[in-house]
Amino acid sequence: MDALRKDPDYTLYRPILESDRRFYWAIGFLGAVVVWAIVMYIRQLVYGLGVTGLNRTVTWGFYIINFVFFIGVSHAGTLISAILRLSQAEWRRPITRMAEVITAIVLAIGGLHPIIDLGRPDRVLNVFFYGRLQSPLLWDVTAISLYFTASTVYLYVPLIPDIALLRDHTTKFKKLYTWLSWGYVGTERQKHVLERAMSILMVVVIPVAVSVHTVISYIFSMTLQSGWHSTIFGPYFVTGAIFSGTATLLVVMIFFRKFYHLENYLKEIHFQYLSVLLLVFALLWGYFTFSEFLTGIYGNEPMEMRVIQFKFSGAYAPFFWMMVLLNFVIPVIILAFKKLKKIPGILVASFSVIIGMWLERLIIIVPSLSNPRLPVVSEPYIPSLTEWSLFAGGVAAFCMMFLLFSKVFPLISIWEIKDGRAEGLEAVKERLESYLPDTDVAGEGA
Amino acid sequence: MTKWGMVIDLNKCTGCGACVNACRIENNIPNVGEEEAQKGRALDWMQIVTEYEGEYPDVRVTHIPRPCFQCDNPPCTKVCPVHATFLNEEGLVGQVYYRCIGCRFCMAACPYSAKKFNYFEPDIPESYEGIRNPDVTRRMKGVVEKCSFCHHRLSLAKDLARFENRELREEDFQPACVESCPADAMTFGDLENPDHRVATLIHSSRAFRLDEELGTDPKVYYLKKEDK
Repeated sequence: MDALRKDPDYTLYRPILESDRRFYWAIGFLGAVVVWAIVMYIRQLVYGLGVTGLNRTVTWGFYIINFVFFIGVSHAGTLISAILRLSQAEWRRPITRMAEVITAIVLAIGGLHPIIDLGRPDRVLNVFFYGRLQSPLLWDVTAISLYFTASTVYLYVPLIPDIALLRDHTTKFKKLYTWLSWGYVGTERQKHVLERAMSILMVVVIPVAVSVHTVISYIFSMTLQSGWHSTIFGPYFVTGAIFSGTATLLVVMIFFRKFYHLENYLKEIHFQYLSVLLLVFALLWGYFTFSEFLTGIYGNEPMEMRVIQFKFSGAYAPFFWMMVLLNFVIPVIILAFKKLKKIPGILVASFSVIIGMWLERLIIIVPSLSNPRLPVVSEPYIPSLTEWSLFAGGVAAFCMMFLLFSKVFPLISIWEIKDGRAEGLEAVKERLESYLPDTDVAGEGA
Repeated sequence: MTKWGMVIDLNKCTGCGACVNACRIENNIPNVGEEEAQKGRALDWMQIVTEYEGEYPDVRVTHIPRPCFQCDNPPCTKVCPVHATFLNEEGLVGQVYYRCIGCRFCMAACPYSAKKFNYFEPDIPESYEGIRNPDVTRRMKGVVEKCSFCHHRLSLAKDLARFENRELREEDFQPACVESCPADAMTFGDLENPDHRVATLIHSSRAFRLDEELGTDPKVYYLKKEDK
């Protein structure tokens, strides 16, 4: 134990070894919100979906919005971590773990939402008994379960050496660590197998991640409804997903940096680099949104125009313009100027993107349903207390599971940091030398 | 092949709502109560959609009774994840209440808002006892339902015809809404049988279908309203 205290990376072990009051308060509060949400859900089970604000025309509301939103957030993690690892970006080392944890947790929460939304959750297994592969909903079930499997394995595999470290150096959860570490002791062969597994996983996980949000967009774009039946929905959703995911990753990093004093690991430079990604995606999002609406307006098809007007100047105009402000104007202004691009600025931009992307899901789903093709009366959709509670419950469950994870496993990959110190510097030097033109050869040519 | 279809003459329809009520009684449609109805959760399978044209005082009103259009290329059955809604060989779009998982994807996909969802356990008051139709399945909370063209009447009519050892006649199978229409605005029959009136009516110069350009191929035709 004392040997561990002398470890230069003791800070990374500390959250597992010591817990302070703040942690218990946070867990207590978040737990209460989750319990409340569960109570409200049980109430919904008893009375039926009537306890929501849904009606005849607006048949999808908060649950589906949150489903798309949470699954979107899950894209940051594994995708970013896989891309950073593949491109051998050295600054990835303290970031990848948190990114992967976000994916696994949010995917579990997001994946529950369609079941919460079902009128007959007791019959959910019919999807397997009588499943129709022609239904986009089945594509979702397939893609999400595949992504969940791939991303939990992708979280777990790079965690093994850390679990082995914990097993050897700490006394807590000894049985759990021994079981989960699979006898890893860090021999050459084990290391080789581990790295091989990781490189296969990161290649596999990228197309899976892209497919997940693409098929989620297909739920909407495969119907004939105005505002949904659009060919760019696949890439538009994927872009939005990575956008909101990156923002969530930044918020999580800033929070844990403060909460666990990780300033030494998560340096300003990490935030600067990641926020470039956020800026790129803000611009991409703006580009997609622009083309989506321009084609609609230029074509001027009456039904399409009714939905667009509903968003631009109708009942949903405040949400629409708020979304443009939060997703585009604010992040672009903050991230384009060096002076504002400091950690507080990045935090503001990230929060703004998270809220903005949630609004985008609202703007996509509700206005199309509120404007049915036939002039049937459509009542406004006002989410009920149940829906708000379950929304809060989802967010609280995410925070709580993250906090609990941080108490059992290190949030920053210890072995990868150590590897970075031991081998990374050398490797980067070698790599850099290999790109540079050879001075001797150049001399001979001249 | 039989293809059941309906023709509604908008010149004759007065928007009286007899069809809506006949449908409620025939199909055991629960009364959701005033409060729920105002939230937009009424379960009526037959709905009268009113279209207004022009500005006051020069307004032209068209009442369009809207049952399920029983599309021949139904957008709703395509998206169902569990085979709970399907197109049968006689062109009827069926609902399997005991299999539906209540995802409401078919409702989102239907361009005609024909599908209804049971937000609560349907409450059929005791005073309805005795007038409830035993031939129509009662729905449960959390499932989607819609107009079936009174499919249960077709089963009975077929049984009767078989019993009497004869072909099914046009008058054997008429849905409740058609039967009840006091203005005689609705006609029902086999679109592919030249002996049935609907087969000729759909070739009328006034015949049209709603949002035909979507390619859903509805089997409910309307005869255009003309100013006299």
